[in-house]
Amino acid sequence: MTQKLVVIGAGMASGRVLEHLFDAEADFEVTLFNAEERGNYNRIMLSPVLSGEKTYEDIVTHDADWYATNAVTCHFGTHVTAIDRAAKTVTSSKGTTSYDKLLIATGSAPFIIPVQGKDLHGVITYRDLDDTNAMIEASKSGGKAVVIGGGLLGLEAAAGLAERGMDVTVLHLMGHLMERQLDEAAGFLLRRDLEKRGITVKCRASTTAILGTDKVEAVLLEGDEKLEADLVVMAVGIRPETRLATDAGLEVARGIEVGAQLQTSDPDIFAVGECVEFDGQLFGLVAPLYDQAKVLANSLMDEPAVFTPKELSTKLKVTGCDLFSAGDFAEGEGREDIVFRDPARGVYRRLVIEDDCIIGAVMYGDTADGNWFFGLIRDKTDISDMRDTVIFGPAYQGGAPSDPLSAVAALPRDAEICGCNGICKGQIEDAIAAGATDIAALRSQTKASASCGTCTGLVEQVLAVTLGDDFVLPTAQPVCGCTDMTHEDLRRMIKAQELKSLPAVWQACNWKTPCGCHTCRPALNFYLLADWPLDYEDDPQSRFVNERKHANIQKDGTFSVVPRMWGGITTPDELRAIADAADKYAVPTVKVTGGQRIDLLGVKNEDLPAIWDDLNQAGMVSGHAYSKGLRTVKTCVGTDHCRFGTQDSTGLGIQLEKALWGSWTPHKLKLGVSGCPRNCAEATCKDIGIVCVDSGYQISIGGAAGMDVRETSLLCQVATEAEVMDVVKAVTQSYRENAKYLDRIYKWMDKVGLEWIQAQIGDLDTRAALVARFDLSQTIYRKDPWAQHVAKPAPYEPLATLTLEAAE
Amino acid sequence: MSTWIDIAALEAVPQRGARLIKTRHGCVAVFRTAVDEVFALDNACPHKNGPLADGIVHGKAVTCPLHNWVISLETGQAQGADEGQVATYPAKVSEGRILLDADFLQQRAVA
Repeated sequence: MTQKLVVIGAGMASGRVLEHLFDAEADFEVTLFNAEERGNYNRIMLSPVLSGEKTYEDIVTHDADWYATNAVTCHFGTHVTAIDRAAKTVTSSKGTTSYDKLLIATGSAPFIIPVQGKDLHGVITYRDLDDTNAMIEASKSGGKAVVIGGGLLGLEAAAGLAERGMDVTVLHLMGHLMERQLDEAAGFLLRRDLEKRGITVKCRASTTAILGTDKVEAVLLEGDEKLEADLVVMAVGIRPETRLATDAGLEVARGIEVGAQLQTSDPDIFAVGECVEFDGQLFGLVAPLYDQAKVLANSLMDEPAVFTPKELSTKLKVTGCDLFSAGDFAEGEGREDIVFRDPARGVYRRLVIEDDCIIGAVMYGDTADGNWFFGLIRDKTDISDMRDTVIFGPAYQGGAPSDPLSAVAALPRDAEICGCNGICKGQIEDAIAAGATDIAALRSQTKASASCGTCTGLVEQVLAVTLGDDFVLPTAQPVCGCTDMTHEDLRRMIKAQELKSLPAVWQACNWKTPCGCHTCRPALNFYLLADWPLDYEDDPQSRFVNERKHANIQKDGTFSVVPRMWGGITTPDELRAIADAADKYAVPTVKVTGGQRIDLLGVKNEDLPAIWDDLNQAGMVSGHAYSKGLRTVKTCVGTDHCRFGTQDSTGLGIQLEKALWGSWTPHKLKLGVSGCPRNCAEATCKDIGIVCVDSGYQISIGGAAGMDVRETSLLCQVATEAEVMDVVKAVTQSYRENAKYLDRIYKWMDKVGLEWIQAQIGDLDTRAALVARFDLSQTIYRKDPWAQHVAKPAPYEPLATLTLEAAE
Repeated sequence: MSTWIDIAALEAVPQRGARLIKTRHGCVAVFRTAVDEVFALDNACPHKNGPLADGIVHGKAVTCPLHNWVISLETGQAQGADEGQVATYPAKVSEGRILLDADFLQQRAVA
């Protein structure tokens, strides 16, 4: 019989429980409550979101589709206020919901130090996405940040805020940073590395008050030292969130007390994650939570399982600060140390040994062997035979070479590869044998490397060892040989790190060449001007010749010149001016283009400014027939002349062309407006096509008639011309902001999905913001490049003319 | 002995750009790199005579605008899998002026 399972809290632990249940096709009807406005995401990865290396979308674990597929009833942004154990119901703002089994996964709440000023605006904690976003928002105006707490979370917050340009001070109560995971020496190296990044660290610093009138202004320390602050982040610790359980009369100590089956004192109520206490222990790292989740899922399905806490290891997710610690490294009777230091390289390793076994390890600077040491600790391996060399790591044991693949090959099947998910080498090998032959497939089947991601390299090595020559390292296609980054990564970096110049990108993204190449420079130039229209100055030397010289280069080195004809409408005067120019500059070919205008082919380089000047005089501007930008808006004659026309298609086309011309886009952008569904303007094979109907305008996108021939897909239908203008601007801006350089709209649409674009355009706030950003950019770029070049024609002239006589 | 002739101010050529010099026997392209070195090459790609001066300059190389052949500015040699070579001429910058070697240009005229 189907049982009703109610889950309070959509975090990583309860999310994993649900995954196990659904994988086993257990017979539960699940209702999920979450106080946050969203479902399950990978909380460990908030630090990369803060630093700008990832976005929220990258770290979502369960999306709306996943909940829908598994028929989970979701109540997000909903607090559960009470549990009635007798009636077996929970109460929330959505009413009462009854359960057969209840799972409490309320996680933990940040500890707020009880000082004056703790509730001021600008004092935040670091726990969830909202906190992260608040920090990102606060960092936009720069200024000073004080982070209270020099533990794992505090330091990740500090590094992220420093990365975003804030002046950061870390206050730590104890004598050295991360004292629970690091000894003093490693704490010192960490402090030195953070200080190199401009972060100030104050240890033994006790906060006495937070000062400010309506928002935070300063932090007062014991000893009356005052630190100015625009933002204060409290990261001093967490405590299990147990209020619901206490109110319901469950047994609660520091956390909700559970047995080895994760059952609370009420047999129908279970608890998992940071809110539980087992055997006097609390849990804050993800690995034991996942162990709990597995045991709990089995308990719910009446299959026997027992939770046993394991040794834990810690890594810091701050790029450039490599540290690793595991086990117990306090000094004590009968304990010995082996220490290795290389101060110049900033490398430190310390092993703590008791009874010929390693019981603790601290590593800083070079942590590649961390998992190996962790294995020795967990398995209580007797190291007396390798004591002389053990500190140097696995490469030096038994004379084995330091080839990472052979080290991985030598690992036994029960060696743990993924600490977060407790996945051993053998499970990975089995999954590979069953057909998961790339990282993505392995991740989805085994979860290995799917949480914090630091073991991705190891998982790839297992793949390489297992598959041998069949293994191709699964890398996304980098932009070009100058970088390992993909277009998508690059766009994210440019936005997140606010990179506003080519050298800034080359520096921040580790370019391998001094100034890029013909592939990456035009792409970067576009990304920078699309994202920072006001700050970035277009670099002509990073443009293909056509866009630099505002004409199309032909195979003999001459150029073609195409003046704009708005919506395909011209006048006798314009035609006369074009004819005169063709005569004057001896243009060999005059051709009508597919975009309803006239092409003058075979103009010499040095004549370009003069012919443009003549055309300018007649009121014509560049047609951008050469650009990755708006080309033409093709129209039919519409209601003015046509007996079938339903709307003024020509007039609308001209309006669109006048609004959009001059804008740069990832690839060329062609529009069409047809006055009725007979579609004489061929609008349904354009990048953006508008077909007028009696009731309004059908706007469709993603057509093509080149190497690929595609019909457009309907984006939306609107009633007025004003709405057409907004939708077209918004979709163009979204394309500019998100697509890969040289992807036409149809390729971009295939990647992000028509539904995503529809959601962007359909949300009126998002649409208005896109329109505003488009209009802002157009204040810079809606200008005639011909007129600008006529004013300074120098580059088109030869630098010098030499008349050297031939030698006798 | 080389006879250096003054062509123009260095600033007349944009960084990572090129300008043309007309001679009786065709055009020579003068390139300026991001670090202000100058190079002079025939303005014709060995592939299909593309105008190299219109290409994108990167490092000490230029990419031909017609079919993306990459030509070394130092040797005139096509890079990568492509084969071919463009004539190069001695060029230097002195006191902010671009100088070319007249003797070499003259030999070109004879050839």
